[in-house]
Amino acid sequence: MNMSELQNKLIAAARAHPPSDRVPYAFEKRILARLAARPALDVWVVWSRALWRGALGCLAVVLVLGAGSLFLPVNGGGANDLSQDFETTMLASVDQDSDSAW
Amino acid sequence: MDPTETELIAAVLKGDAASFEPLVERYSPRVFATARRYARRESEVEDIVQEVWLKAFQKLNTFRGDAPFEHWLMRLAVHTCYDFLRAHQRNRESTFSELTDPEEDWLNRFVTDPGSASEHADAARLLIQRVMEQLSPPARLIITLLEIEDRSVKEIAALTGWSVPLVKVRAFRARAEMRKLLAKIARDKYL
Repeated sequence: MNMSELQNKLIAAARAHPPSDRVPYAFEKRILARLAARPALDVWVVWSRALWRGALGCLAVVLVLGAGSLFLPVNGGGANDLSQDFETTMLASVDQDSDSAW
Repeated sequence: MDPTETELIAAVLKGDAASFEPLVERYSPRVFATARRYARRESEVEDIVQEVWLKAFQKLNTFRGDAPFEHWLMRLAVHTCYDFLRAHQRNRESTFSELTDPEEDWLNRFVTDPGSASEHADAARLLIQRVMEQLSPPARLIITLLEIEDRSVKEIAALTGWSVPLVKVRAFRARAEMRKLLAKIARDKYL
């Protein structure tokens, strides 16, 4: 048996017999009735879902930042250096004045 | 004057559900014909078509209007039919041993003289239906769209959401799967 020929013949048979496009009586009325019977949208449910999604997003950010603070190397001297540099700079003029006075 | 499709869709989106009815009336024949390619029982066909229309109503706000509404609707219909195939794939028959007499006669006629076995015969239609029901969901979808409905690879990609290369790969596999099934018929009936 030639399989390719059988395959082509059966495909041709499917093309020769397209399916019916008959629509059952009053089908569109049934669809509209189904749509009308759906429960109305509860605004509070939508709002609470949005809040939960927001809360989960914030929790994810907290966890990422927490993990970052635990595992990333801490440059402990940095903040102190900055405040000391600032103090040194501010007092530099005072130091200069007191030096010149002597 | 009859409202245009754009006016009907705009009215539905504003909350006038009754404006959906003319759309259902206009396109249901096409949706039913599509569903009947993938389901045999009329109850299943109606379920599929209802599902298509309910989804169309829920997702109408995603219709951008850059292509005809019919194209958007048919994409939804194809997706729904594919979901139906995947949900029912366990129910596929596993044997060709229950061929009816007309189907057996048609096959015998094909074996002895392929030209005498007409593709217009009802037995041929029943046989191809049997074969299609045994294909996997992607194979059945591709064979239906590509071979039977004669759509282009690009159209199928647009309808299914698959990439063009994926459609081609699936088409190749689908044809191989179908040939394997037909070879099984030959083994079961004639060896």
